[in-house]
Parts: sequence; C-alpha cells; structure tokens
Amino acid sequence: MKSGWRLETDPRNIGWLHFDLPGRGANVLTAEVLEALEEMLLEAAQQRPKGLVILSDKASGFIAGADVKAFAGLRDPAEAEALIRRAHQIFQRLEALSFPTVALIHGYCLGGGLELALACRYRAAATEPDTRIGFPEIRLGIFPGFGGTLRSVRRMGHLRALELMLSARNLDARRARRVGLVDLAVPRRQLRNAAIDLIENPPVAADPPLRQRLAGWRPVRPAVAALLKRKVSRKVRPEHYPAPFRLIDHWRRNAGSRSAMYRGEAETVARLLTGEPAQNLIRVFLLQDRLKSGDAAAVPRVRRIHVVGGGVMGGDIAAWCALRGLPVTLQDRTPEDLGRAVQRAHALFRKRIGDPYLRQKASDRFIPDPEGAGAAKADVAIEAIYENEQAKRALYADLEPRMKSDALLATNTSGIPLELLSRDLAHPERFVGLHFFNPVAKMPLVEVVHDETTPPATVERAAAFARQIGKLPLPVRSRPGFLVNRVLMPYLLEAVTLLEEGVDAGLIDEAALAFGMPMGPIELADTVGLDIALAVAQELAAPFGLEVPEILQRKVERKRLGKKSGEGFYSWKEGRPVKKPAGADPQRLSRLADHLVLRLVNEAVACLREGVVEEPELVDAGVIFGTGFAPFLGGPLHWAVHQGVDDLLSRLHELEARHGDRFRADPGWQRLKSAKTIPEEP
Amino acid sequence: MSLPALPWERRPVYLVDGLRTPFLKAGGAPGPFRAADLAVAAGRALLLRQPFEASALDAVVLGCVSSGPDEANIGRVAALRMGCSEKTPAMTVQRNCASGLQAVETGALEILCGRAQLVLAGGTEAMSHHPVMLGEKMVAWLAQWNRARTTGERLRRLSKLRPAHLAPIVALLRGLTDPVTGLSMGQTAEELAERFGIRREAMDRFALRSHRRLLRARDEGFLREESVPLYDGRGRLHLEDTGLRPDTSLEALATLHPVFDRPVGKVTAGNSAQITDGACLLLLASEEAVEKHDLPVLGRILDSQWAGLSPRLMGLGPVHAMAPILERRQLDSDDIDAWEINEAFAAQVLACLAAWRDETFCRDELGLEGPFSPIDEERLNVDGGAIALGHPVGASGARILLHLLRVLRRTGGRLGMASLCIGGGQGGAMLVENTSAGGGA
Repeated sequence: MKSGWRLETDPRNIGWLHFDLPGRGANVLTAEVLEALEEMLLEAAQQRPKGLVILSDKASGFIAGADVKAFAGLRDPAEAEALIRRAHQIFQRLEALSFPTVALIHGYCLGGGLELALACRYRAAATEPDTRIGFPEIRLGIFPGFGGTLRSVRRMGHLRALELMLSARNLDARRARRVGLVDLAVPRRQLRNAAIDLIENPPVAADPPLRQRLAGWRPVRPAVAALLKRKVSRKVRPEHYPAPFRLIDHWRRNAGSRSAMYRGEAETVARLLTGEPAQNLIRVFLLQDRLKSGDAAAVPRVRRIHVVGGGVMGGDIAAWCALRGLPVTLQDRTPEDLGRAVQRAHALFRKRIGDPYLRQKASDRFIPDPEGAGAAKADVAIEAIYENEQAKRALYADLEPRMKSDALLATNTSGIPLELLSRDLAHPERFVGLHFFNPVAKMPLVEVVHDETTPPATVERAAAFARQIGKLPLPVRSRPGFLVNRVLMPYLLEAVTLLEEGVDAGLIDEAALAFGMPMGPIELADTVGLDIALAVAQELAAPFGLEVPEILQRKVERKRLGKKSGEGFYSWKEGRPVKKPAGADPQRLSRLADHLVLRLVNEAVACLREGVVEEPELVDAGVIFGTGFAPFLGGPLHWAVHQGVDDLLSRLHELEARHGDRFRADPGWQRLKSAKTIPEEP
Repeated sequence: MSLPALPWERRPVYLVDGLRTPFLKAGGAPGPFRAADLAVAAGRALLLRQPFEASALDAVVLGCVSSGPDEANIGRVAALRMGCSEKTPAMTVQRNCASGLQAVETGALEILCGRAQLVLAGGTEAMSHHPVMLGEKMVAWLAQWNRARTTGERLRRLSKLRPAHLAPIVALLRGLTDPVTGLSMGQTAEELAERFGIRREAMDRFALRSHRRLLRARDEGFLREESVPLYDGRGRLHLEDTGLRPDTSLEALATLHPVFDRPVGKVTAGNSAQITDGACLLLLASEEAVEKHDLPVLGRILDSQWAGLSPRLMGLGPVHAMAPILERRQLDSDDIDAWEINEAFAAQVLACLAAWRDETFCRDELGLEGPFSPIDEERLNVDGGAIALGHPVGASGARILLHLLRVLRRTGGRLGMASLCIGGGQGGAMLVENTSAGGGA
C-alpha cells in the first residue's frame, strides 16, 4: 500500500485498485499520490488482468479533486507546469492500458478526481443524491489541467464540456450519464456489478452528437468562442477573473489537436495558478475550509431546533435548518403570523430539493408551532424577533424555563450587546449570538457572538451547530455591529454621502463593481431596504461617530425604502434598478473606489485592533463571506498589505485632509504595518 | 346475542391527550391535504407537546377507509413522516365509519394485553382525495390497446371505444353505497325515517341545532383547544372547521331537495353529515407509562362494544352497541353525563333516540326486559356533530371520543358514551370515564 492505494485481484482476474488517503476525510490528489498511482498502474499491468477498477474506500466519495493546499504559495510557473506535465504523463499511462479500466464513482468526483475518471475507459456512477460530478476549478481561478479540457470535450462534446467547466456546475449520476460523462448510472449497491459488467461486456464508446462535434470544427470555433465570452462577461470581468476567458481562448486555439491541448493546459493553467487572482481565491477556499473544520466529535450533534419569530429572518433560519435535515419548530405569537414563513419554506424546498420524497421529508420536518411546544425538546433555541431589548428579555423569561437544561439559547440580534440581553437569564452561560445574514439560504456566514463571560465551550457548540447546517461560523466579540455590519456601514454611508454630494448613483456602483465588489453599495442599500440600513446606521452612529447622511433619513421618511417599495435611491422595475449608463473614466472610478473601500478597510483594521475578531485571516474570511468583498483580492486586510500599508495610509491622509474625520486612519494600521504581511500560506 | 365483553378491569387504559386538524369541507376538487398530510400535522403537534420522545411509542394505529395510492398502510406512512421511530410498528384498520374508534380500541387492546405502554391511535380521511377510477370495461379496452401492434389493429381497437367506457367510477359514491343491499347510506336513513315516523321538519330542526351548537362551541373557543392549525404548501392557514354555516335557518334547510329518494324522500344534504377531510389522533397509555412520564390524563376506557345488524338499518348501530354496555354495567341513560352519537344523518340519530326508549324495540330487537329511559338531548352532542362539522369517515370515531373527553372535562361529568353507526350494518360504542371527576366506575 502506497499513499493510500491498494491493489486486489479477484478470482475473475479483475484488478480492484482501492484509494483511501490516510488521515483525510476525503480523497485528494497530491503529487505523491499521483506518483504512487503510476507505480500501482505498472504493477497492475504486469498481472495482465481482465480489467482494472479504480474505486474509493471513503464514505465521502471518490476523489474530491487535487490537493488545493499544495497550490497555495505556488508562485513559480515553471514549477507548476512541471507538475501538470507529470500528471499528464501518468493519466496518459492509465489511458493507454491495454485492458478495460473503470472508475467507480460515488459522492464527490470533482476536478482532478473527474479528470482521473475520464482517463479510464469507462465510468459508472451511483445514483444516490450525494453524487457530485463536475469541474470546480474555475472557482479557484484556474481550469482543469490534468487533461480534463481534452478528455471532457472528447466524451461529452465541445459545448457541453465547456459549459460544465465554465459554470463549475455539479452533475448527479443520471445527468452525467445523459451528457455522456459516465457510462452507467446505477444505485450504489450495484456499482461493483456495474464495473464487472463493463469489463466483461465492454460497450463500444459512442461519439458525442453531431451538433456537439460541429462546434469544435476549426472555422466555427472563433464564433463560438466569442459567443461564450460574451456570456461569461455578463457575470465576471476578465481583469478580475481571467480563468474563464483563458479557458475559452485555450479551447479556440488548441481544440483541434491532442498535443496542443496538453501543451495549452500546462502553460495556461500554470500561469493562472501562480497568478494573483488564483492565489487569492485559493486562500479564500482554504479560509472557508478553516471555518468549516472543527472537532465534530467534541460536541454532540444537534437533533432539534426551536426558532422564535416567524419573520423573514426567523422563518428562513427555520426553513434552512429543515432543509439541512433538522426537525425544527417555528413559534410566533399567532398561527396567522406563520403562514408566510411556511410559504417561503416550501418555496425553498421546491427550489433546492428535486426528489419529491426528500422534499416531503423536509416539509414534514418544518413544524409551525404557535404554542411553542417545541422549546422543551430543542437542543438549540434561536430567538429572531424584532430588535427590542425589552421584548427579547421578556421572551427569554418565558422561553428559558421551558428549555432543556443543556440546550443552547441563541439570539439573532444584529446589534444589541449580549450583556444587556442576558441580564435576567438563569443560565447566561449558555447564551450566545448566532447572527445569520439575509437571505439566509445564500449567505454562508454566521457570526457567533460572544462576550468576555461566554464560556469557550458555548462558543464552540454554537459554531459546531452552524457547521452542522452547512454555514461558516465566525466567532466575534459582542461589540456594536459585530464585524460584518460594522465594516459594511462606513462603506454604505460613504456611498450615500457621495450621492448627496451629487455623484451619480450608477457611477458610485460602477466604481465598486470595477473594484470587484459583487454589487454596488447604492444598489445594496436599496436591496437591503433603506429603513433597515438607516436603523443599523443609527445604531452604529453613536459608538463609532458615524454621520448619517440626511438623504437617507429623508428617503425613509418618505417611505422610499428601496427595492421592496419600488423606489429608493434607484427606481426599481421588475426587481431591477433603473440605471443611467455611467460614463466610466477609470481614474474617476478608482478615486471613488478609494472613498468606499478605504473606509471599509479602515474599519476592518479597527475591528482587528479591538479584537472583535481574533486574527487578520478571520477578519478577511468574515468580510468576504459576510459581505461578498471581492474574493479574488483575498480579503480587505490581505489586499491592504498587498497594496502596501504606507501607500494606503497616505491615500487616507489625503482624503482626511480634504473630507475630514471620517477618513482618519485607525491606530491599528501601525500594527498591521509592523506585522508587515498577513502570514502567507506555507 | 352480543359478543363477550373485554376485560377492561384487568389493566387501566388511559386516554392521555389528543389533537385533530380543522375539518375541511370537501369542495369537489381534491383539497390541499392528502390523508397522510392530515395525520402528520395532527400527530407531530401532539407528539411535540408530550414529555417523552416519539421513540417511546410502542405502536401506531390509524383508521382510514380509503387512503391514496401512495399511502398503502397509511398508519405506517404517517408514523414515519411525523417522526416516529423506524422501530415502532404501525398499522391501519378499517371498519368504515368507525375506523377511528376501531383504531383507538385496537391500540387500547395492545395496552390491555400488556404488549404496549404507549400507543398513538386515531384516524384520518381525505374524502376529497378519494380516487376516481376507470371502469372495468375501460381497463379491459386499455389492456387490448397495449397489445395492439399494428396501426390497423389500433384503428380497430379505437373504433370499439364507446363513450360509456369513459364513465368514471367515483370511489366516494361507491363507498357510500352498501355493497350487499345496493342501498346508499342516505337510503338507509330514509328507511329509518319511515320506520320511526320521523318528519322532515324534525330532521331539519336537528341539523339546525347541530350548527347552532357548533357555532357556540367555536365562539367559546372549545374547538381551538382540540385542533392544530394547518398550513398548505402555499402558506395558507387553515384554522377553522369549514363545514359550519353560522347563518343557516330552518327556512333555508327546508328549501333543500331530497337527494337519495327523489322526489319524495326527506333526507337532504342539509340534514346529513358533510363530506370532509380531517384527522384526529389520541395518545393511549398504560398506568406504568402515565407514572413513568408523569402524564396528565383526560380519562380512561371503561368498556367498548361492537354490534351487527341488518345493513338496511345500519343507522341503528349505536343502539345495538350501546345497549350491552349499559346492561352489563347496570347503568341507565341518566348515569351517562355526556353522549356523542355520530351524526351520519339527522334521521338516523333521531331513530336511535326513538328506538332507545321504545319498549317493543328494546324487547324484540335487543332482548331487554324494558326500554331505557330517554337520552337527555341536552347531554347529547352538546357541541354539535358531523352535520355541521363534517364526517371524515376514518377520523370521526377518534374525533367524537376526543371531544367527549373534552366535554366531560369541561362540564365535570364522569361517564361519557361515544358511538357511531357503521355502513354495512354495524354499530360501535365506547364508554369512558373522566378520571379527574372523582369516584370509580
């Protein structure tokens, strides 16, 4: 056994090559694993088997991809290219074996794992809903580099393969079978039989349909490429995310020839991989991994949830819990108050769950509970009623005595300090904040709010619960605004101030988009609702000396609340803001972006200095997953260090000189400066 | 002749708690909930408020006359969906209109014989979802069509298709027709009306009283405490029983035409039970379970009885089932503090009341020495019945039992009798005691 590979030969003379990477929950491909694979392939070939089956012994799936950790800090294109060429050789050796080879797929079969499977002659996949087959590389700022661009096109056809790689979409076994990516889709119990059948009665490989092949015809390719680029441009900009554009170029140039495809992959992927966007995206991926990982065994799994407050937040939190497999009771004052929550929950289940049986299960787990009977059985009770200290305390007085003695009591407050809420609790030691973001189904971050008196075990339990429902927990100290609202608010208010000073809304938003934000701040304010933005702004104004622009108050007074009222800073038509085309002078845009981003970064620096969040890395993670801050820049502090602290400080001083206090640099910059750099990945 | 009595004294069987869904009048098209959905909604809310986990249940028994095609053994389907343990066995029982009462008795027997400590039992019915089926001729035609291979053969088959083939079979109507005598349930009520000389006006008056009493009970909040709100997939709330007509009157009822014996009969849609969707579940417990989990108790089962009679006279079933219980307990009508006799038809309940005090009937049909004293109508169906509320056939037995216990609790009465007539010529009855009223049986 080498690096997790183990070869067995059965009485039929079929070789079974098991992969079980020691010390990992999921199989990944490292350089060592690939070298060991080559040796195993040589050994298998010597035994002249009837066929060879490659399968995983992990419960989580086949192979989750290449080892992303090994990519972090890879800065030498030549080194990267050598790695890729070596993988090419090994997969070519697999492909060239004289006997049939089968990849047996269950669970994750992603990226490099799929490329390995594609180098086999056949693939059989399990039809269970946890099977996920796809190429997530584009999300990391690269594209498939282990022969994947060549082999996927050959198996599926040009358009389908490009669509799969560009969208990073995952397919289940049946869909993968339909597009020709796998040969057999069978229930997991039949996987081994499927492999034997494929080896003993090898089917003739069918070509992809004519339309799919035509798209790769040399004279057609430039037009197809232009079309695809236009489609991609609607989602991302090449200066931010070059990978999809480089993939299309690579295909257009090289699709005609095997050797050109290999060469193109090696050169382009190596360059992308060692470049800034990919390295930052890899950093973000690893940050996500870090938030996701915790000692799952240390904390008992939550089995039941009780949510109080059937508004949008409470209802959506409850629906999310039910979607993720937890029985949940949702309490509000009257049965009438829960109807809308039920409707939203069912809409979520319809959207996210295809299988009607699983959808019914989710609906059955979601229990409207006007009497609040569920509180007595829940392991976690989440309060999500309106933001009022007295109301929340009154609720706890009723709720706490009915809860199990070891249950966690969590509040979804977005700003009320914990010590005010926990004042009258019999057991304040089990009280914690779980701050979800709207929309719950889309926002991955949950702030786990604690203060000096919260026991670490309570924070860990709350974090483990967030992980259990597939969210990313970020421990934050109970300071006004916590992390996300606090860094977001100066950014939003700066945008509104610029607007008040006469800058066009579309131009402000374009400046943010050009910087790399997923949505402009004015549009974001309108989307969140100006009443909510104003409430948060007023809450944070006093502690942080923020000035709330008058225009925001006037809009709210006149009930122009943004998207929900059809009119805010923008007019909204059919759920979209009506924007004037912005004349984009890059210099002007970059100056505007400075206004917006420097205030955000300055606040992030303050949060780090005050210990709202413990480490710079976690500040970056929180701001990216909580606000969508340009992931390809690696987070606000990472970006700041990369830009140069001195340079940013001088830009801040300049702005302060012209616009006053709101640009005063936080004292924390000095520490950031002395730390010099955020620790680079090893 | 009646069946031997069950040894209910051997071990007490307690009725601990119960919940039902609102009863939703069927309006032609399938309603928003299937039978299992209804049972799940009532069951999960009922289990939620118990101090024990669902895995503590030893059995689940549901009554249902006709479940949907995806609900075979609906007792098991509902049990798993409401979060019961996979290890808890579950079954479905069917005794037509008394299926819900049968489920409670079957569950109680599990406790009585010492095999179970905690049982979830009740009934569910989505009459608006009862299937519409193809006739046998059509099925035969389809079988031949599937065998046809050539276009010529297909054309020949097609030419043999007649409009009559397409006539659907409405399972609901067939279910309400006695399969032995061919009489519809309404016609059996007409039969009783003629036999006991019950006038149309008396039937309508009874129906009106059912609505008035239900209206008062609703306004007093007596219905809310036994029911759980329902939400459909579009988030619409179903909170109230929808059969109630608060504004109905004798005049309005008098305008309705007879539906079963046209044109001269007396039984109308207005003085019959409504076609309705609903579920009701009860929690049964042994003495050990009550002590172990410190359960509050609504009451206990003292006796039960099933009886058979002519299918043509099925509406008298309650008389045949209740009489042996009173006989062997040496009770008379006045000893019973509250009665729930299911209102399949006004004529049928009125016939029961008449037969109950009729000397000839009691002597000849029941083999008694004399008649019972009349049932005090102020103690009968005090909050109305199926005429106003509806009669989801699988659920009604459990519903009247739960409501009876609630009425006893409310009025401080001790003994209660729940009884139903059963299509096919049967009657079922159960005698319960409000254990908080003091004194033994």
